[in-house]
Amino acid sequence: MKLDTEEPEEIQLNMTAMIDIVFQLLIFFIMTFKVVAQEGDFNIKMPMASGPATDIETEPPELIRVLLRSGPEGIINSIQVDDEIETLTFGPDPELYLDLTDYIEQKLAGEGDPESGYDTEVEFDIDYGLKYRYTVQAIEAVSGKVSGGKVKKLIEKIKFKNKADEQ
Amino acid sequence: MKLNKTKSSKILEGDLTPMIDMTFQLIAFFMLLINFSEVDRAEEITLPVSELAIPPDGRPDYQVILNLEPGGNVIFEGQRIPRIDVMKPILNQEIRNADRENVDKSNIAVIIRSHEDTPTGLVQKLISKCQEAELENFVLRVQEKIN
Repeated sequence: MKLDTEEPEEIQLNMTAMIDIVFQLLIFFIMTFKVVAQEGDFNIKMPMASGPATDIETEPPELIRVLLRSGPEGIINSIQVDDEIETLTFGPDPELYLDLTDYIEQKLAGEGDPESGYDTEVEFDIDYGLKYRYTVQAIEAVSGKVSGGKVKKLIEKIKFKNKADEQ
Repeated sequence: MKLNKTKSSKILEGDLTPMIDMTFQLIAFFMLLINFSEVDRAEEITLPVSELAIPPDGRPDYQVILNLEPGGNVIFEGQRIPRIDVMKPILNQEIRNADRENVDKSNIAVIIRSHEDTPTGLVQKLISKCQEAELENFVLRVQEKIN
């Protein structure tokens, strides 16, 4: 039997079309790619005040009222804190958020229970015109503090005063 | 001058393998990071910054994202709603949609993405409208501050 000693031809694929498509895909993804800043949340549970009462009677959490008062152009002017024992006013100095955090920290430390933050609730009463960024700063001030790169949690239960209650 | 005519012209074929490898890796990278579900996120909203905000822990069972502009316009699913007062039918529709997915309205997360200059009164008004529709889980979304 005669063997075919001829060397097989080298098959060369034409890569041009594939590279074209690949580069078009790459350009599409680069053009549509957006670098988005990471977002975070503050959770607030606010059932309607006139909602159905729960059957289980639980002790209501201790309430601290925080009143955010607006100055001209929606800038924070002062913060009042009312825990039904005393009323304090912070501001209008720029350190008022730190004062609020210190107050909350001392309040929780005074109660002795390290988990008292779970049983204390903060209700915000905010002036209509106050810019939202100042509200978020106040929420942040009662939620915790960052010291030495570590986050210390303070209050977790936060709500807004229902304006309908006043009517 | 003597020209060198003896040199035969050859087609230069570079090795394309590393380039194709890299290109495919880049495509894979962009494909993984691209997010087409950004309709709910209005770009014109500048969120307030906070370093204590908790990064979202997964997606809730059902979420309603409401973007609030400083003037009081609500941007919902890419549509601009001029007044907060007219939100109720939209919220009721969302509750019905959630119900179809067997999600109770008490488990619907209302994510409020408000511009940092919006008067807080408008945010509270929006929350009240949601409360009227018996929604009670609210999430105030902020931008994480990176130290």
